[in-house]
Amino acid sequence: MGTDSAASIDGAPRASAVSVLGKNWALFFLLASVAVFSVTGSNFFTLANLQTILYSATVYLLLASAETFVIITGGIDLSVGYVKGLSSVVGAVVMRNLWYVQYGIQWPPAAAVAAGILVALLVSLACGLASGLLVSRYRVPPFIATLGVLGVAYGVTLHASDGGFPIGFLPPGLREVGNGFVYYHNPVTGLSRFFGPPEGTLDTQVRGLIRVFPNSLILVILFLLVLWYLLKHTRFGHHTYAIGGSMDAAVRAGINTRGHLLLIYVLSASLAGLAGVVDVFQTGTGNFTPMGANFELFAIAAVIIGGASLMGGKGRILASAVGVLLLQVLDNGLNLSGVESFYRYIATGVILIVAVVVDQLFPDLF
Amino acid sequence: MAYLLEVRNIVKRFGGLTAVANVSMGVEAGEVVGLLGDNGAGKSTLIKVISGVYRADEGKVLFQGREVEINSPTDALAMGIETIYQDLALAENLNTPSNIFLGREKMKRWAGLIPVLDHEYMHAESRKILQKLDIEIPSLRNRIRALSGGQRQAVAISRSIYWDAKFMIMDEPTAALGVAEQKKVLDTVNLLKSHGIGVIVISHQMHDVFSVADRLVIMRRGEKVAERITRETNADEVVSLIVGAEKVQSPGER
Amino acid sequence: MKQQRGLVSLLSEYWAVAFLGVELVVFSILGAGFFSLNGLQIVLFYGTSLFLLATAETFVIVTGGVDLSVGYVMGFATIVSAKLVAAFARGGMAPTAAILVGILLTLLIGLGPGLLSGFLVGRLKVPPFLATFSTGGIVYGSSLLLIGGVAAKEVPILANEIGNSYLLYWARGRGLSLFLAPEVARGTRVVEIVPSMVVVTLLFVAAAAFVLKRSRFGQHAYAIGGNVDAAVRAGIDTKSHLLRIYMISSLFASLSGVIYMLEYVTGKADAGVSYLLDSIVAVVIGGASLYGGAGTVWGTVLGCLILSVLETGLRMSGVQTFDKFIAVGVILIFAVLIDQFFPELVHKED
Repeated sequence: MGTDSAASIDGAPRASAVSVLGKNWALFFLLASVAVFSVTGSNFFTLANLQTILYSATVYLLLASAETFVIITGGIDLSVGYVKGLSSVVGAVVMRNLWYVQYGIQWPPAAAVAAGILVALLVSLACGLASGLLVSRYRVPPFIATLGVLGVAYGVTLHASDGGFPIGFLPPGLREVGNGFVYYHNPVTGLSRFFGPPEGTLDTQVRGLIRVFPNSLILVILFLLVLWYLLKHTRFGHHTYAIGGSMDAAVRAGINTRGHLLLIYVLSASLAGLAGVVDVFQTGTGNFTPMGANFELFAIAAVIIGGASLMGGKGRILASAVGVLLLQVLDNGLNLSGVESFYRYIATGVILIVAVVVDQLFPDLF
Repeated sequence: MAYLLEVRNIVKRFGGLTAVANVSMGVEAGEVVGLLGDNGAGKSTLIKVISGVYRADEGKVLFQGREVEINSPTDALAMGIETIYQDLALAENLNTPSNIFLGREKMKRWAGLIPVLDHEYMHAESRKILQKLDIEIPSLRNRIRALSGGQRQAVAISRSIYWDAKFMIMDEPTAALGVAEQKKVLDTVNLLKSHGIGVIVISHQMHDVFSVADRLVIMRRGEKVAERITRETNADEVVSLIVGAEKVQSPGER
Repeated sequence: MKQQRGLVSLLSEYWAVAFLGVELVVFSILGAGFFSLNGLQIVLFYGTSLFLLATAETFVIVTGGVDLSVGYVMGFATIVSAKLVAAFARGGMAPTAAILVGILLTLLIGLGPGLLSGFLVGRLKVPPFLATFSTGGIVYGSSLLLIGGVAAKEVPILANEIGNSYLLYWARGRGLSLFLAPEVARGTRVVEIVPSMVVVTLLFVAAAAFVLKRSRFGQHAYAIGGNVDAAVRAGIDTKSHLLRIYMISSLFASLSGVIYMLEYVTGKADAGVSYLLDSIVAVVIGGASLYGGAGTVWGTVLGCLILSVLETGLRMSGVQTFDKFIAVGVILIFAVLIDQFFPELVHKED
């Protein structure tokens, strides 16, 4: 069952072309799902719905990217969901307190928002530093280190949100930006505009507007590209794979593994913090992450669907993105196909199992 | 000559790769055969077929003159075929007696009814066999993790001997050992010989192989390329066979 | 020797015991009524779910895996047991029989998720993380499906009585009585000693400890966790062993659900979700390594106590539970650091 160490016998590397192809089963599944749901789901294959999928995938794409780096090094980051929550809440609190008149000071909205973003990112950076130090310097297993950090993050979040209440009274315009699109077209008036509804659009026409390309997607695509480049074409990326492949070899090759691992966890938490900021923009409030929200599990599952191994050494940003999309499409498609929520959990679980098993049994299939 | 263990026309493939291609060889009781070859020659695969970790795609295995089916490590162990792997296959988190009895633990009845591990027995028996082989292990209670390379090797060997091996396979037994410990291992191999146990030794250490093996079988790229009687050959010839001189037949070879 | 190892590593967890002691002292001071028979029993009562789930995890973690489905299986079991018992009672069975049969059937069904997970991990070599994650999702969906109908009504009162009963009662003038609350004149104080469910839990936990420590099955679990190749080559059937390990995990999670149902007479799909991370934390505090090959049930129990006391103590001291998470996080890291810096403490000789 694929465990016979064939690769080591003849010395030649098991054709990497095979593994590249073999990992594309996820893409195949994704496309197949889209095809199936287009038929079974009402209004699945529409511009609006597809963009909805991408929109809700935004946060997960960031979290999965974060996990990709960590998992390649053979580690795991369980705190991403809760760092996101922390960042969302803390950022929102700062934005509110600096802008909402009741709290005394009143900065201009843009400044308050900027400050909020900054603080949110700093806070998540701190979490990443904590995890990173524990893992790199004190050799705490990543599972435990990030579990500990998440506990602290969760507690702080609860304090900052008075027990889990959403943080409101934020500067205006956030939701418009977060939920906005790049291009709007009013089919009734025939007018279009960038970044806002065209002039003369009546309230009754708002629903019928054609919207293209969510704003948040711009950000995410930008980051995905940068991260993809980082992982694939820079020394940092290569070292990441090296550490995941063999920590010993990496150390002996002169790589500063300690510093590198620290950076990896800082990166992971920062991306989670960014996801929190996106969350504030998308919802217009600061939201804490409840226990059992399982963001991290979905992110990790997406990364593994994308071909990474929990042992480390493998994984790619774009493949993880495919994993996220697959899970999102499944959720959305099943919903639109009229499948009730409980069946969705079952279906997702079954599909995941089938997917992994196919990968195990037939690594050469694609 | 009656072989104790014989393999005929063994083929083992992994996907598109043929790791062992039509190999036939045999070992007599009380004989030591050195299995030689460069990395990737198929030596490890061949012995894993014999020890039941892999199943051959084609070919037969004969033990004590009868054809046998070895479908799992348990089958091989039941027949008395013991293997000492290069990585020793010891559980680092368990102690010496637990490792010696791994998979074959001795049980006793607790309250007359429930089977429980009989640690006292296993401890005592382990002490006996280690003493018999003149092996020094300070505390049997320590986890194997705490032992040196040579001591772990010794534990692995004692395990095989304790279970009355009739046939022993040793994969790189002297690698990573100090000189004194290497000598101990070779002495043990001679001890096995004198007890009528057949042995296959895989090793890269020419002088070890030459000092202990009666016959040599050389593999290359999955095939058996040559067989020699040790005293009728020398290191240079063997090396050139390993590295890739043409396949050479010597009298008496199948 | 293994028995002594359990005792020794327990004793060498001095720091953990000391920590527990400190907790008890601190909360006794801070919280009204903490250090009383009642207070301590509350600790145990609320800890039962954690004990059972953490015991389940212990088996799995020793083999080097992890079971993410235990919380969902527990919830599933609460629903299945409630529905079965109600159905049987409605069907005319005597309450005792309905409860008994309902519970046994639930436990049997509860082996199912473990069978699936174990099959995936053992035979198909699916990483435990993914296998149990998926199984958990399937179980959760099934729970929602079952409860999407009607909540279980007509669960006999007897169930609630059993769930909330105590092993011993003492009343002035009536002496001790076993299991059944004594009839007393109004105003007489009845002292309740040791909730029955705690007794049941401890029995199962003790049985688990025995199996892990003294049986061949347990020994092989450690071997698989330490070096699965060595186990395979020693002739251990690792595939079916892993199958059984995950089934045991599932069984304990189901048991936890059954007890929950008896205590609260209700089925709740996410009853166990909040215990998942805690259960893994407890196992690690108890000395296990996530890489496998180490850990004991009694160590896990100690870890559970530390967490349970923390939770109850904080609550009774009026401290916000927010800080519990921070505290748990800190304790966890503390536990591992101790392991790092003082390995002799934990990795003592057998």
